[in-house]
Amino acid sequence: MIPGEFTYHRPSSVAEAVAILVSHGDEARPLSGGHSLIPMMKLRMAAPEHLVDLGGIADLKGISEDGGTITIRAMTTQHELIESDLLSEKLPIVRETSLLIADPQIRYLGTLGGNVANGDPGNDMPALMQCLNASYVLTGPDGNREVAARDFYEAAYFTALAPEEILTAVKIPTPPAGHGWAYEKLKRKVGDYATAAAAVMLSMSGGTVTSCSVALTNVADTPLYAADAGDILNGSTLDEATVARAVAAAEAITDPASDGRGPAEYRTKMAGIMMQRALARAAERASA
Amino acid sequence: MNDMTPTREQREAALEGMGCKRKRVEDVRFTQGKGQYVDDLKLPGMVFGDFVRSPYPHAKITRIDASEALKLPGVIAVLTAEDLKGVNLAWMPTLAGDVQMVLADGKVLYQNQEVAFVVAEDRYIADDAIQLVEVDYEELPVLTDPFKSMDSDAPVLRPDLEGKMEGAHGPRKHHNHIFNWEVGDKDETAKAFAEADVTINEMISYHRTHPSPLETCQCVASMDKVKGELTVWGTFQAPHVIRTVASLLSTIPEHKIHVIAPDIGGGFGNKVGAYPGYICSIVASIVTGVPVKWVEDRMENLSTTSFARDYHMTTEIAAKSDGTVTGLKVHVLADHGGFDACADPSKWPAGFFNIVTGSYDFPTAHLEVDGVYTNKAPGGVAYRCSFRVTEAAYCIERGMDILAQKLEMDPADLRIKNFIKPEQFPYQSALGWEYDSGDYHTAMQKAMDTIGYRELRVEQKAKQEAFKRGETREIMGIGVSFFTEIVGAGPSKNCDILGVAMFDSAEIRVHPTGSVISRMGTKSQGQGHETTWAQIIATEIGIPAADIMVEEGNTDTAPYGLGTYGSRSTPVAGAAIALAARKIRNKAQMIAAHMLEVSEYDLEWDVDGFQVKGNPEARKSMKEIAWAAYHAPPPNMEPGLEAVSYYDPPNMTYPFGAYFCVMDIDVDTGVATTRRFYALDDCGTRINPMIIEGQVHGGLTEAFAIAMGQEIRYDETGNVLGASFMDFFIPTAVETPHWETDHTVTPSPHHPIGAKGVGESPNVGGVPAFSNAVNDAFQFLGNTHIQMPHDAWRNWQAAKNLGAHS
Repeated sequence: MIPGEFTYHRPSSVAEAVAILVSHGDEARPLSGGHSLIPMMKLRMAAPEHLVDLGGIADLKGISEDGGTITIRAMTTQHELIESDLLSEKLPIVRETSLLIADPQIRYLGTLGGNVANGDPGNDMPALMQCLNASYVLTGPDGNREVAARDFYEAAYFTALAPEEILTAVKIPTPPAGHGWAYEKLKRKVGDYATAAAAVMLSMSGGTVTSCSVALTNVADTPLYAADAGDILNGSTLDEATVARAVAAAEAITDPASDGRGPAEYRTKMAGIMMQRALARAAERASA
Repeated sequence: MNDMTPTREQREAALEGMGCKRKRVEDVRFTQGKGQYVDDLKLPGMVFGDFVRSPYPHAKITRIDASEALKLPGVIAVLTAEDLKGVNLAWMPTLAGDVQMVLADGKVLYQNQEVAFVVAEDRYIADDAIQLVEVDYEELPVLTDPFKSMDSDAPVLRPDLEGKMEGAHGPRKHHNHIFNWEVGDKDETAKAFAEADVTINEMISYHRTHPSPLETCQCVASMDKVKGELTVWGTFQAPHVIRTVASLLSTIPEHKIHVIAPDIGGGFGNKVGAYPGYICSIVASIVTGVPVKWVEDRMENLSTTSFARDYHMTTEIAAKSDGTVTGLKVHVLADHGGFDACADPSKWPAGFFNIVTGSYDFPTAHLEVDGVYTNKAPGGVAYRCSFRVTEAAYCIERGMDILAQKLEMDPADLRIKNFIKPEQFPYQSALGWEYDSGDYHTAMQKAMDTIGYRELRVEQKAKQEAFKRGETREIMGIGVSFFTEIVGAGPSKNCDILGVAMFDSAEIRVHPTGSVISRMGTKSQGQGHETTWAQIIATEIGIPAADIMVEEGNTDTAPYGLGTYGSRSTPVAGAAIALAARKIRNKAQMIAAHMLEVSEYDLEWDVDGFQVKGNPEARKSMKEIAWAAYHAPPPNMEPGLEAVSYYDPPNMTYPFGAYFCVMDIDVDTGVATTRRFYALDDCGTRINPMIIEGQVHGGLTEAFAIAMGQEIRYDETGNVLGASFMDFFIPTAVETPHWETDHTVTPSPHHPIGAKGVGESPNVGGVPAFSNAVNDAFQFLGNTHIQMPHDAWRNWQAAKNLGAHS
């Protein structure tokens, strides 16, 4: 539980941080809230020689809305997500999900950027961002590029983020007023990663689903955007048979590990149950 | 008397003696972060030790090369088994009569076993150096399943025992066999089964788990080479035993060894035994001449120092068709890991598991325990229970439920039918114990009335019907548990540790101004001894608890004692305290008689002093008597007012209780929610009701954890899984159920104040209550027995196996 030796950097601008990453390549890692990276360093599963603390960069904080897009800067903590009036009003699923992450002490430090950039399939925000069709702003030596959350994750801890890039912001299309939403997470205890979790966003009109997206957490080595499940539900009245077909479609794309949370078969089934429950709650919340 | 004279009640209240809900005095420092733990200790020149550990569960070691590590600046030494052989410490004796490697001697027997000890100037350098020690391993076949330990082709785990077919507890029948322990009457029991109307036979496993105190095991060893004196500060539940063991192993005379246990952050049995970290720190300090600190991290704690349980109990009960039990037969397969490092009294290889007849009047019983080796960490400690008592209570309490099911009787009614009756105490059990006192019927009735047991069964029936009609996916379980504990080890006729009888001790000194310092051979790890010991003294000698200082843990000042575990402190040391206090009171009576110029037989004790019979205004308070003891004692009497008592208890004590758990389980996710948990405890005389309630809350929380998910798992290849708090279930306040506590009082007839001990009852009784609730919930679907732990996926699996999923 003792990390190896490293050099600590605390840049005050994104440009400076990127420059440090460029000069040290693979040997440097950006540090945001530290709740994934530091435990891995203590276990010596990660041993970066240069740690680039982004905590001193004022530009990386804040939540704003402009022209139908909500932008959350990367170093915004989960606690700040919970406290945001803007999110509570326009995007309440972010608050609901944040409240299911770890515990208050961790949420004071853990950030949205760190949560989505690290590529840990146990993190809750990546699947939510896929459900919301968010995109990530990646800043590197050549400026900014945007990558959709649905295209970002390649394998556990492998993402589209290059070693010299920093994920600086998350952009989320503001969902229509009256949408339904729910994040359902099954976990063994406070602070645990999900046995399985599901995010559902939908809109309804006259009892019929007009749009629906579903994504799943911790049931594969990446977050899963369940496109087929959403397509099956779209246009339906959420009748039992259609829901069962959509659940089956979502379960079909899972490939969970067997671990202390349960065998793979159980975790797949729990993904289905979580989706079903999220769907029911989302439908209840949606204005007809 | 004027109005200012306190009434008798006021004087009594001022003492804050026995029965008072006195606030814990130690919490003043704990709640301010001012406790002093081992890791707070910083000595000049202190260096740090850390272990190179084996990634393999079973392997030969062909080479250890520390040369690269020794080149790292700040590295002082790297110890291996070869170095320890020079001081005859490569192996150490265990409390169970086995021997254990201190550092791997030619092979490793479990993953994370200690291979080399790196000593460096700081902990960072030590950990860097660990990565640089090269060890070559040759993997050997791995044995993790205890049921395969004694197969004819099972790998030989312990070549050091080759040819030794006589172990510490009799003959060994296989190279991986440790002991066979047999109690009871085999023939009579066989006869009872042959004549029974109904029998049950179920293999009930109690899985491997870990005491997991928040503070891990740690020590600082400091050898003063000039004086030839060794001081060891450590997380020791039994500091005097550690001193004796250190003297025997190191050959340093015992008076030149100072063992100090400062504040301890929980023990639960994990801190009773001696570990390689202690030995290596001591050797390293002897070698380097500077203090050496060793502190386990969480993964080391969970994966190496003393697991608990891992008992596989084939349980058979014989009964008449009316439910009367006629015989009990239990065979236990005990998985001890690579070494038998059980912390039991020497003559008891399976602890007091022969309490397995429980609260029931079994006319005959037979018990056999076979201990075996596997490629797992050594141990087998009593995790918040008396020695193997929680395993025994789980065994019989599950067994009684299974019997009730077979007889189609209510499990509470079956228990009541078979309870030992109040008039049968002292009761001789079929497996050899003499139960001191009990009133099981009263306790059970009070518990059933309070929880509304019959109404709950009606509700459960309705819910089962609704489930069958498809109206709900939730099922309801009611867990009944009526346990009898055996604590207070113990009488010298039964109990010793490495030959030292398991007495305990107290020394009380009354100062001239009437305040007190007292020292005991016990050691609190959170039990609140500084509060409760003072309350016993306060009541016995009439000096306010607030004026009594309690000190434990320093072997130079405290009288010799066997320490705190197995709920032994109150039954043994608590008695020593009362008897030492009574010696003081007797002397005080003589002094008071001299002061009042009467015969001591004319005096009577009254709350906080002596008064002349029939003339209560002629009285001397203890404060006045204390002053007189030092400045004007009676002629021919030694001055001073102090006493020591060493107490060898005549018998164990037998606390008991009735616990009920009401649980709802979502069959689709397996998530179980405890709706109610009611715990009625009878621990005899109650010293501090608030501390008892706290103890019960803590023990129930641990019981909840164990029953519902906490385990140390191994995969088939011997990898230890879940040795971190991410996977090892420590419930937070969010998961922990609300506890309802209650009590009856049946004093122990042989204990000076009638107290029995309570710290471990809630773990002993709690686990079966939870497990019975889960099993009961699934019973109407055809379930007989589901093994623990009952975490969500296993509940889901049970539901699936029973056809509850479409």
